Amino acid sequence: MTLDLILFFGIAFIAVVSAISMLISRNAIYSALFLVLNFVAIASLYLLLNAAFIAMVQVTVYAGAIMVLFLFVIMLLGAERVETSPSLPWQLPVAILLGLVLVAEFAYVLFGKVAQAGGELTGVGEGFGSPASVGRMLFDQYLIPFEVTSILLLVAMVGAIVLTRDDRKGSR
Amino acid sequence: MDIFLLLEWTIKSVVIILIILGGFAYLTLYERRANARIQTRIGPNRAGPWGLLQPIADAIKLIFKEELIPEKSDKVLFILAPVITVVPAMILLAVIPMGPDILGFKIGLADGINVGVLYIMAVASIAVYGIVIAGWASNNKYALLGGLRATAQMVSYELSLALALVGPIMLANTMNIREIVVAQKGLWYIILQPLGFLIYFIAAVAEVNRAPFDMPEAEQELIAGYHVEYSGMKFALFFMAEYGKMIVICFIGATLFLGGYWGPFVDQVPLLGPIYLFVKVVILLFVLIWIRATFPRIRYDRLMAFGWKIMLPAALFNVVVTAAIVLLLEG
Repeated sequence: MTLDLILFFGIAFIAVVSAISMLISRNAIYSALFLVLNFVAIASLYLLLNAAFIAMVQVTVYAGAIMVLFLFVIMLLGAERVETSPSLPWQLPVAILLGLVLVAEFAYVLFGKVAQAGGELTGVGEGFGSPASVGRMLFDQYLIPFEVTSILLLVAMVGAIVLTRDDRKGSR
Repeated sequence: MDIFLLLEWTIKSVVIILIILGGFAYLTLYERRANARIQTRIGPNRAGPWGLLQPIADAIKLIFKEELIPEKSDKVLFILAPVITVVPAMILLAVIPMGPDILGFKIGLADGINVGVLYIMAVASIAVYGIVIAGWASNNKYALLGGLRATAQMVSYELSLALALVGPIMLANTMNIREIVVAQKGLWYIILQPLGFLIYFIAAVAEVNRAPFDMPEAEQELIAGYHVEYSGMKFALFFMAEYGKMIVICFIGATLFLGGYWGPFVDQVPLLGPIYLFVKVVILLFVLIWIRATFPRIRYDRLMAFGWKIMLPAALFNVVVTAAIVLLLEG
């Protein structure tokens, strides 16, 4: 138990520091790399919670695929130096409002739900979140949302190809 | 936490890292000797008997070389990049079962986890960072181009690689690599999945940037690509990563398609298991060297077209057909 606790605080520290560093870094490449570190730290937290499947998916999809493309675009455009952008006056109040909503939701879940459940949250059963059980859920209970998502991704892919296609006559 | 368990894991981890380090040193010699034979040369044979001390001589030379750091480079990332490149090559072997249980003792670090194949994909997908960072931090246009090429190439071939690994998962009905090997006891999956193995091997060669897919370092066009500014031990680390990854893809290929540690008499003498696995890996490594000696580098646009227009549809076809057959035979 204590080893888990030490690991948790170590990983949580890395996650928080990398998240803050990502925000305050002036170089877009560094920001992207800090975000990758953050994703990997969060994946380690999932591993500590015995959620190996979601940890691997987190690393593969976010750290492996999405951030690589981010880096690719930043490097290709040579956009690593962030100019001090003109301040957006509406941004601060909106951010404060959304932050307050999030805190309220947290408080409701943390205190309201736990109080309803009689003081403590029960752990999940054995095999919860394993690849097999996630697959069964996706193709059984959540089949329609799953299919809708797949169509959505397909449309996005076709859209990207159509937008970037060279339309000049005789380009083929 | 059991202190003996911790000790056991530490020893196993050290052994795995030593396999990669020793394998890297002697794979360079193996490659140079085999290449030389293919080209009717002799190869390095002066340092020690049959040139066996050549890797040590190379290592000493690299250690004493002057380390150059370009003035306009990003110093922190420039030094970090080789380290980041080496780590994925070293940790991938953790999920490979090296042999059957001997007197209840498991050979292999974490080969029983139920997301073993996903672990391989996750580590393979972050392996690209070292190369990209090296290319950018060098502040050299050739290095940057090499890094960008590496990104596009590795992201593209990762899809085919992942889809090729779906075949063994479906046949064994698990992602646990130990169980996948056990399921191959009677019949190796290369017989049921010939197309899958072919796609895996081609995509894996592209993932580790080996000839004929060594676009990121293409000497003739990019002088050396992402590691053009590196020298001494930092260069050696890139070299180590490339050869370590070669060893790892051969281990994975042998485990998922060639029956892992199975071979004649493994049931009676479990100690034969690791030896069979080693022999299979050496044979696959020879195929990699042979490919390098045989094929010229293909053009970059053709590489990408091949990846997206041939490899990906073929891999998808393989998945669909395998799934249909597995379902038909079950029901």
